[in-house]
Amino acid sequence: MSEPLLQAIDLECERDERLLFQNLSFSILPGTLTRVEGPNGTGKTTLLRILAGLNDAWSGQLLWCGQPRMAQRESFLRNTLYLGHRPGIKPLLTPMENLRALMAGRREIADGALARALEGTGLSGFEHVPCRNLSAGQQRRVALARLLVADEPLWLLDEVFTAIDADGVRAIEALLQQRAEEGGAVLVTTHHDLDLPGMQRITLGTGGQYER
Amino acid sequence: MNADARPSVKPVSSAVGPLGAMGAVFARDVRVAFRQRQDLLNPLLFFIMVVTLFPLGVSPEVAFLKQSGAGILWVAALLSVLLSLDHLFRHDFDDGTLEQLVLQPQPLFLLILAKTAAHWVLTGLPLVLLAPVLGVMVHLDGNSIAILCLTLLIGTPVLSMIGAIGAALTLGLRSAGVLLSLLIIPLYIPVLIFGTGTVAAAAEGAPVAGYLALMGAFLVLAVTLAPFASAAALRISLSNS
Repeated sequence: MSEPLLQAIDLECERDERLLFQNLSFSILPGTLTRVEGPNGTGKTTLLRILAGLNDAWSGQLLWCGQPRMAQRESFLRNTLYLGHRPGIKPLLTPMENLRALMAGRREIADGALARALEGTGLSGFEHVPCRNLSAGQQRRVALARLLVADEPLWLLDEVFTAIDADGVRAIEALLQQRAEEGGAVLVTTHHDLDLPGMQRITLGTGGQYER
Repeated sequence: MNADARPSVKPVSSAVGPLGAMGAVFARDVRVAFRQRQDLLNPLLFFIMVVTLFPLGVSPEVAFLKQSGAGILWVAALLSVLLSLDHLFRHDFDDGTLEQLVLQPQPLFLLILAKTAAHWVLTGLPLVLLAPVLGVMVHLDGNSIAILCLTLLIGTPVLSMIGAIGAALTLGLRSAGVLLSLLIIPLYIPVLIFGTGTVAAAAEGAPVAGYLALMGAFLVLAVTLAPFASAAALRISLSNS
């Protein structure tokens, strides 16, 4: 389990003629939990979007399982889960339909598994209510239910704790930790005070330091 | 957690092929549209209003309408497709589902093709179905109406396909409407010219097979090339957001 899933070498990103980070190198190993931290506007979200493959305005090298990511786009996409600022939830669809749409194109999954995932995020009884009738926190929970049916080894999570209540936050922390123990790799950005044992940190805003 | 959800690098699944993914995108878009029916009616109402206002504003004479009816219908159809384009990716962009679409382990241009097909079924196809009624209203004869519907049937998917490129390119902009029109209208002009030209030729009794073949060529070109351009434009827009 020592081969890194994702390796960044000398990443550099400039945005609006401002250097966000340069010479940023790190490895994401299976079974690790990494927090990307730094003040507002230092490029945490941008870094995650670069890693997810949504942002192309960077230079450097990104390796997926030891080989250039570009060369194995589908394998990378199949095995990476990105949850962004915008949760990817359609207000007009029900949680069930949303979850199914999020899984589309990835793998077959039974309705029962999706229902269990929604139940796991405290949304039982709301499976067939359009999401616009749910609260902001509940809508986030629909996106989080996606984590409960995820088989992707790499998770890139941007501000997962937004609009989640205290119990929910604890549940997510436990989930992330359990995930790392099972051999998954998790990368999170958050302003929430997250400090789990064995957590790595990538600190931005200081010229892109990386410490273990 | 069940065993199949264990985190390990998995090969790209063959269980969900590109066709399945395209079907899912298409079905989702249709479902969302039917939950928001007023958005579906907007381009249709616009189409009907423009065509009905023309005789009132210009001339209700039969001779005038017979001559310009096909042109009026074509221009109105073109503008109502243009009107609906901004919604094609905008809502998905705002709620983040577009990001998830781009991150699907499937060829993006096929997903865009499915999305654009859904757009055509929801906006272009209703226009084609409504055209005979409005054709009768502007005193077109039966043959002209048939040819007009045929040209619209071939032409409106081209409008959706080309429009998707513009919609994808202007996605990151706050006031995209004007720029979108400026980008797209020049590309719509050939479709419009050949669409109305076909009906005019048919009215004079000239053979229209050549015209229709050319429009068919537009359609093939648009379906095969536009999704690639839209996919590339989407990546640029998402990259800059």
